[in-house]
Parts: sequence; C-alpha cells; structure tokens
Amino acid sequence: MSTVLENLVNQPYKHGFVTAIEEETAPKGLSEDIIRLISAKKNEPAWMLEFRLKAYRHWLTMTEPGWPNVKRSKIDFQDIIYYAAPKPKKLASMDEVDPELLRTFEKLGVPMHERAALAGVAVDVIFDSVSVATTYKQRLADVGILFCSMSEAVREHPELVRQYLGTVVPPADNFYAALNSAVFTDGSFCYIPKGVRCPMELSTYFRINTQESGQFERTLIIAEEGAYVSYLEGCTAPKFDTNQLHAAVVELVALDNAEIKYSTVQNWYAGDEEGRGGIYNFVTKRGLCKGASSKISWTQVETGSAITWKYPSCVLLGDNSIGEFYSVALTNHHQQADTGTKMVHIGRNTRSRIISKGISAGQSNNSYRGLVKVGPRAENARNFSQCDSMLIGSRCGANTFPYIEVKNNTAKVEHEATTSKIGEDQLFYFASRGMGPEEAVSMIINGFCRDVFQQLPMEFAVEATKLLGLKLEGSVG
Amino acid sequence: MISANANILLGVRGLRVKVAGVEIVTGVDLTVRAGEVHAVMGPNGSGKSTFAKALAGHPAYEVSGGSVAFDGHDLLALPPEERARAGLFLGFQYPVEIPGVLNSAFLRLAYNTVQAARGGEELDPLEFDDYVREKMKLLDMDPGFLDRSVNDGFSGGEKKRNEILQMALLDPRLAILDETDSGLDIDALRVVANGVNRVHGPGKGIVLVTHYQRMLNYIVPDYVHVMEGGRIIKTGGKELALELENRGYDWVLEEYRARAAA
Repeated sequence: MSTVLENLVNQPYKHGFVTAIEEETAPKGLSEDIIRLISAKKNEPAWMLEFRLKAYRHWLTMTEPGWPNVKRSKIDFQDIIYYAAPKPKKLASMDEVDPELLRTFEKLGVPMHERAALAGVAVDVIFDSVSVATTYKQRLADVGILFCSMSEAVREHPELVRQYLGTVVPPADNFYAALNSAVFTDGSFCYIPKGVRCPMELSTYFRINTQESGQFERTLIIAEEGAYVSYLEGCTAPKFDTNQLHAAVVELVALDNAEIKYSTVQNWYAGDEEGRGGIYNFVTKRGLCKGASSKISWTQVETGSAITWKYPSCVLLGDNSIGEFYSVALTNHHQQADTGTKMVHIGRNTRSRIISKGISAGQSNNSYRGLVKVGPRAENARNFSQCDSMLIGSRCGANTFPYIEVKNNTAKVEHEATTSKIGEDQLFYFASRGMGPEEAVSMIINGFCRDVFQQLPMEFAVEATKLLGLKLEGSVG
Repeated sequence: MISANANILLGVRGLRVKVAGVEIVTGVDLTVRAGEVHAVMGPNGSGKSTFAKALAGHPAYEVSGGSVAFDGHDLLALPPEERARAGLFLGFQYPVEIPGVLNSAFLRLAYNTVQAARGGEELDPLEFDDYVREKMKLLDMDPGFLDRSVNDGFSGGEKKRNEILQMALLDPRLAILDETDSGLDIDALRVVANGVNRVHGPGKGIVLVTHYQRMLNYIVPDYVHVMEGGRIIKTGGKELALELENRGYDWVLEEYRARAAA
C-alpha cells in the first residue's frame, strides 16, 4: 500500500514555469535607502514613507520568532530583492496587458477576463509587486465600493488608508509584520460603505515571479456598518531552487453588523521531493470585529509553500460579534506547516468557532496551533474548536497545540481533536467495490475536508477539491 | 442449483496464502459453476476468512502457491479493484468505517465505476438516488443511511445490510459473503438472506462463509465444505450443514485424520 500511496502523493508540481517578462529590480538588500526608493517609485505621500521608516527602525530591534514547530535554514534578509516591477506602462484595457502574462494565467487555469465576465468575479491582478490591471471597478464604484491596489489606495484614498492601516496589525506586532510594514510593495484595498452588500465575490490572484524577490503584500479590507463582502485570494508560484520569502499582512475591519468572509486557496511552490527550494510563507492575517454584532470568517485551504507560518485571527471587540476559522492544511514531501488561529474574546456574548483539518503525507510535518483567549469583560463568551489530523503513510507528523486562556468564569470553551490514518483496510474496502486507490484517497480526503469546503464559495470549493486532487492524486480532477 | 454443464465461474487449485509470513491457507481446491451456492464452514481459525480475502485481493494476504481462474481468466494477476469490476464481490465480516465519506457518494461512485468497466450506463446523482432507494426497500433499509458516513456508527446489523445493498447494486457474477449472518437477529437474517436470493441467478455463483447452519435455511447451498487447517477436508450436500449443527466439527476432523493415516 505504501508504494501506491507514495506514487500518488509524489506528483511533481504542475505550475512550475517562469514567465519571461522584463523586470525593473532594486539591488539586493534592505536599508533606509531601499525603503525610500520603494516609496518614491510608488509616488507615496510623506506619511506613508514615515510609516515605513518607523516600522523598519523597529524591525531592526527585533529577532525572528523561534517557537514555530519547523526546521529551516536562516534567512539572509540582505540577500533578498525588495522591489521588482514589470516595466511601467499605462494600460487602457486588458488588450494591452502583456500577452506573456495572460498566457501565464491561462496555464494556471485563470483566464482572467473570461473568468471575470463569466463568473462575475472582479480580479485585481497582482503580478509580482505591481497591479497590472483592475477589472469591474466601475460596477463596484456604482454602489460605492472601492476595490483597487494598495498603491492606488494610498494615492487616491489616503484618508481611509491612513485611518485604518496598521490598526489591526500594528507595525511592531511581530518580526515579519514589521518587515512587511517597512517594505510592502502592493496588495489589495477594499472598502464597502455603510449598508452595502458587495454584489460579487472579490478575487485576487497572487503570483510570485521574480526569482529571489521577496513578496510583501499588504491587504486592507474595511466593511462599514451593515456592509457585507466575500473576498477570495488564490496563489500559485513557479518552480525555483532558492527559497523565497513571502511575508504578507492582511487586515480586516468590520464595523457594527458588518460581515467579512475571507477565503484563501494557497498553492505556492513547496520545494522538490527532497525538500529543496520552495516558498517560506510567513503571513500575519487578522480581523477586528470592531462593531457590535459584526462577523469575520476566515476559510483557508493551504496546500503549498515549503514552510507555512500563519494564524488568521479574530479580535472580537464588539459585543455579540462572531469569529470563525475554517482550515484545511495539506503538507507533503518535506513541507512544514505551523498554522492555526487566534480568537480573542473581548466583548460580551462573543462567539467563535474553529474547524481545522490537517492532512500530512510524505515526510511532512503539520501542526495546528491555536489560541482561544477570553478577557475579563467577555461575559458569556463561547468557543468551539475541532482539530482533526489525518496521516497518509508512516513518515509524516501531526501535532496540535491548543492554548486556552479564560479570565471570565461565564465563558464556555470546548475543544475536540481527532487523529486518523488512511488505512490499508479502507483502501481495500474501496478496491473491493471497484474503486482504485486514487478515487479512494480523493474521496476520503474530500470527506475529511467537507466541513471546510462547505464554507467556500462554490467555484472556489471546486477549485480547492481539484487542488487537493492534484496534490495527492495527479490525474484525478 | 447444480448443472454439470454450467460453465466454471471460479476454479481454485492448490491455493496457499500467507499472512505476515505464516501460511494460513495450505492448499484449497474449489470449483464453483454458474448457478451454484457453496457454503464454506469450519471452526474458528480454520482459514475461511483468509481464503475469502485472498480471493478479493487484500494486499496483506500473500498468495504463496496455487492458481485461481475466474471466468477462465487468471484472477490473481488482477489488482483488487479490477477483480471487483470483473464481477467478484466480497461481503465483509467486519466492514470498515470511513468517517466523512457519505454513503450515497460512496455507493454511486462504486456503482458508476463498475458500470463503466462493464460498458453499462452510469447514473447521475438524481437517477442514482431513485435506483438505490428501490434496492434499499428490498433490504428494509431506511433511506437515512444514504446521508450517513460509510458504516460510521452503524450497528453490526446495519453494516451487514449495507454490504448486501452494495452486492445488490454491483450485481456481481460471484459473491463471497464472509460471515454475513454474524451480528444479525433472526428477522434481519431473513431480510438479508432474501436480499441475497434476489440478486442470485442462473449465471451467478455464491460462496457463503459461515459458522452456523441458520443462514443456510434461507440461502440453500448446493455444496457444503468443511475447512480446517487451511484446507477443505470434507465436502457434502446441504444435509452436511445440519449434521455439523448437531454433531460439531470433531467427528469430521477425526474422519479426516483417519483417512490421512490410512
């Protein structure tokens, strides 16, 4: 059985290709001069540069966290290119987008313009560090929604950016967030005004293209009173031998009765079968339920990266606010994932729900790390956590590190955890009914992940199912 | 039903099977012709279940000698899923639980996979739902089974009904039923046995592995074999099962030893 499974889970990465596009790059390394260069390239106002420099100066005093349950070589932060951009062009329409770039999206199965038209998805395309094209902006603008690149937001809507940037994830929050705050080059900005339900799923496809260029995306989503938005983020990256650092920051703010759904499907290059290369994905994602009865829901399907360090979290400040975290993390070969969430209950009657599904194959190591914190003022706070691990083969590992801190005795906190293994007898049962190992593994994995996939928007759920298929079965899907 | 001219569905010759390096099946010969029902009986640990699982192709059961022809083809050359597609069915003694996988999805994929392999028509979820509900009625099964995970939290009797439901859906040429009667109360036994009888037909064969005679009141065997020490030591008609019920296995063993000594 083990050889059958190993063949299944050892499919080479299918999105491994490099796009030949002319690049404009800064020299390697990080200094105040580089930060000034980034800020100048983007025609930023003085306060933005000040924000960056302050973060940089603080970053210099910090050290990388050593507590994640991962093994890796040290990152040389002076050996990274902090700015790379396709040659600047003014684009009037999609027709002017570099055909090479469009072909890249085709290969990834993301025919952007078609997808936008057919599925009603506005795709804010991030290619390396600069937004190349934004679609559907007008339709969104008609209902007062702002959806653009972060660079554009800094220029066009400075008052909003200045009001909220760094309020959920302060620049000094952690080592990688500080680095991001100093050098972020682009990302998405989304503002949903009071009472508006966003008429479509907002979607951004990220893609790392420049070898050895760090990626420091910055995303900010604000939902005003009674607003609703569902935001999709999907990632793939080409195959490289050198480790690439990705340290994004995502901040969500939900005011009274507002709801934000944030869904991610992540398939970055994970390194080869021997564990060489692959992306280091050190991301800080946090949502602030600032208003009463607000709701923030994170759904993630993590299948890529050599190392994942990521804890999409909710700060439940408003009374009756709700935080949710639904996660599937799949690791294979030598991948390492230390991921989970933090639910911080501050307001009264706040509720949170955590559903985490970890799948480990090959020689990978998959850890769930979660914090449920109930503050002294959080009367009647409720949390339910379920952390399930599945092992495929006998050389992988799964760990669960739940932390619970409760400072209010009216709180109810529940934690359930299971560990299971795809066994020879299960595969034989499928086989005795005519189904081969590929169908069996696919069905078991999809069944295992069903509670999470149900939270994804339909087309994303299909994509996620396919992705797990690719990761574990090759031809299926 | 015995018919000497019927074609041979299963031809087992000198089959030997090892589990974890130990030989459990030590040389079995068995011929099943189309239309026949065979019962394989014997005390605990005599190798009955090992024989059944080896025929279905369980990877932990290593065939160390002999041959098996299924419909004239070398069965042992096929991986287990292809044996199932070719029309071999194993009803498990202890069906495994598969949490998270919906029974309805499992049954439909099994049905469509086998149909595709046989050149039959595949069914979409709505068509399949109608089809499977008809089959469930025959087994007196609640449609609620469709929305539960495969065998997950099923009682012993529910698991056995689910096995026979799968047999009814996959419509095998040869069904090997491994202690399908264990864990069933008397009413459930009758329902399950009736289900098996409905699926059985002139072109098909059944091998019942069982400890007890009671199942054979409903599914009447043409041959009864007694297995001991990994081989078949006695073969008779349906009356042999009744005799075993009355007298136990010891006399068969003694008879066999006396024959061997002579």
